[in-house]
Amino acid sequence: MSAGSTRQAVDTAGLASMFREFIDDDYVVSKTESKRPFECDGLPVYKEMPRLVVMPGSTEQVRKVMRLCHEHRIPVVVRGAGTGLSGGALPHPDGVLLSLTRLSRIIEVDPHARLARVQPGVRNIEISEASDAHGLFYAPDPSSQIACSIGGNVAENAGGVHCLKYGLTVHNVLQMTIVTVTGEIMTVGNEGLDSAGPDLMALLIGSEGMLGVVTEITVKLLPKPSHCQVVLASFDAVEPAGDAVSAVIANGIIPAGFEMMDQNAVRAAEDYAHAGYDTDAAAILLCELDGTADEVQSGVDKVAGVFEQFGATSVRVSQDEAERQLFWKGRKSAFPAIGRISPDYYCMDGTIPRRMLSRVLRGISDLSSEFGLPVANVFHAGDGNMHPLILFDESKPGELEKTEAFGARILELCVEVGGCITGEHGVGVEKMRQMLVQFDADELAQLNAIKDACDPHGLLNPGKGVPTLKRCQEYRSL
Amino acid sequence: MSALTRIQDQVRDAASKSEALRIVGGDSKRGLGREPVGNPVNVSDLAGVVEYQPTELMITVRAGTTISHLRDVLAEKGQMLASESPDYGSKATIGGALACNQSGPSRPWYGSIRDHVLGVRLVNGKAEHLRFGGQVMKNVAGYDVSRFQAGAMGTFGILTEVSIKVLPRPEASLTVRQEMDADQAIRAMNDIGMKPRPLTGACWYQGAMFLRLSGPKSVIETSAAALGGKRVDNDAEFWSGLREQTLPFFDGNQDLWRLSVRPNSPHVLSRGDWLIDWGGAQRWLAGEHDRDELDAIAAKSGGEVSHIRGGDRKSDLLPSLVGIKRELLIRMKQAFDPAGVFNPGRLYSWL
Repeated sequence: MSAGSTRQAVDTAGLASMFREFIDDDYVVSKTESKRPFECDGLPVYKEMPRLVVMPGSTEQVRKVMRLCHEHRIPVVVRGAGTGLSGGALPHPDGVLLSLTRLSRIIEVDPHARLARVQPGVRNIEISEASDAHGLFYAPDPSSQIACSIGGNVAENAGGVHCLKYGLTVHNVLQMTIVTVTGEIMTVGNEGLDSAGPDLMALLIGSEGMLGVVTEITVKLLPKPSHCQVVLASFDAVEPAGDAVSAVIANGIIPAGFEMMDQNAVRAAEDYAHAGYDTDAAAILLCELDGTADEVQSGVDKVAGVFEQFGATSVRVSQDEAERQLFWKGRKSAFPAIGRISPDYYCMDGTIPRRMLSRVLRGISDLSSEFGLPVANVFHAGDGNMHPLILFDESKPGELEKTEAFGARILELCVEVGGCITGEHGVGVEKMRQMLVQFDADELAQLNAIKDACDPHGLLNPGKGVPTLKRCQEYRSL
Repeated sequence: MSALTRIQDQVRDAASKSEALRIVGGDSKRGLGREPVGNPVNVSDLAGVVEYQPTELMITVRAGTTISHLRDVLAEKGQMLASESPDYGSKATIGGALACNQSGPSRPWYGSIRDHVLGVRLVNGKAEHLRFGGQVMKNVAGYDVSRFQAGAMGTFGILTEVSIKVLPRPEASLTVRQEMDADQAIRAMNDIGMKPRPLTGACWYQGAMFLRLSGPKSVIETSAAALGGKRVDNDAEFWSGLREQTLPFFDGNQDLWRLSVRPNSPHVLSRGDWLIDWGGAQRWLAGEHDRDELDAIAAKSGGEVSHIRGGDRKSDLLPSLVGIKRELLIRMKQAFDPAGVFNPGRLYSWL
């Protein structure tokens, strides 16, 4: 059941004219130059040209596109804002790239029930902006929130820096409208909190566009905390910083955000954002507390106390909103900052149990010497999600391959210590091989059985997410 | 022979004969769902803590571990099962709580048991022992098979191990009570929900709204003063009665319906016997009612209704499913349990 098994051959021009019967000409893109912006997502080391880019303007049009593609057995890759970091929206050369950016309407905000109903092309931050006047916000805030779409967030189960306290996308979605591979419409979840029966919504969230197409999403909104402060601490070694993270949690504190950066990341970020970070520190911690004024004050005191107890060389508490923003500015611009000091960088996304941090950082540092490539580490310390950034130069022959091999070793290390290969970026095309490290053959067969149940002909985002049995055999024989 | 090997043998045997298996943990939820059929396969001896890492906010337990044992283990380290899943007289197990997706009064603020599950191990219909998810909070490798089990009532496999996120216990809790009718309570609970308050419970019962606040003592005292109302003594008893369904409202054998709706949807059937929980999102209705009428009400309220107790337990009790969704669940059943051995018909007559 490969994607290539075409029922009846249909040429690209014929297919385009079928789409143009119900979608404006402008939104059925066939010219190479116009398709160019869609050839990759946020992981540009993978590029591919789709046969057509189709941009439907309604759920009904999505349904018709899916029906046609299903009828002609044409692969469909769904794309949101294209900010994904695992090649999940890489086009299929024989397929249609289904762009949902035109579905960009906020349909309803009900502040009283604290929910918003939106189309998938709405950008993450727009939801919080639309609810701000009511003192509400949408909690998951991936770093790309200015650009990334909520539909893409659903596909990847996006997180952000506030996951520990506020959860991932899967914890903040109430209901979704799904168009199936056959072009049928179903609703999962409801406007209450729980629905009876198996949780199809949870199965669909994070499924990387492999099981269905989401065309409407109802998300939960939360009241904005009245107070928010950040504690910024420097450490002269990585180990005590890692231990301090665990100690804060052990003290019964759930920070709203809890981030760690190593020296390479700190220096690049400081140079770029001038956030006032201590560039001599081996690691810094950023710990954000939110809630009522009393809650925040008591949290800040406890956290600062723990940091001092673990030998922090300096501890600063943000005194106003401007300073809080400044403390965050360095962290939030860490990726572009690294981009300035290296021709290219490759961002990894493994998650580990927090207590393994020192061991994993040592392992990464050893690998860094072995491969001769520097690494800067940015770490969502609160939830164990690491983002080692491998610095390399794609123009040097063989360096990308070397980088990928290095990255694979980091992910294997994450699995070895009880973690996983991807915390929030998804498997995409990038981590297909590591799926064999994460899962055994029976487990992969079960995942493939789920895929077959939703998409028997393998038309939705083929070649991504879960390696087919055949691919597994190929990988193993290498 | 280990409990796990016995379970796998039993599944293999049942699958070869296409015989039904009825999954039993603490047997505390026998009355939930459609009438159980098949030979029992016992999970209760698959119990105990596998790994507990308080600083990771994570515990891994075997599926037959009772909720009450789990609570005790966590309490020793000042932590808790945040979903407040009922323990039904120390009988309920973590596997059963997840399979039935049962969460208590704190659900709107702390999340459901489905929200907190990080990973599971399960035996599928081919008697394979599989692991999905893991022990970390962020994990998007593969489909979310763990959360798919929430509410599935064992339809897709036998849970053998559950890893779950836990939270620190709040320093203190208190409850305030204000007399009002259901309409007013629904409005008030949603109004209060819009403000950042340390709420961990909001329900309306017997003509009064109950609000629970949890957190540092000084914080909840300040919040309580702002909310007004009368302090409730021994409030822990009230909330555990709500969680365990031992309040007088749940007494007797009359029919029980559960509506999951948009929290601010208007109060309906005002002569009915109602208990409104989860700040308005979960509404219990006692007594005989017309299913079609309730379905229509639930649909108008953005939600659905399930027949939790009473009526014909051989009929369909969950919201009816037709078309593609029904088809999809049937195919999913095939994907996990091709011989159809696990809890056949427990959720739906056709599944």
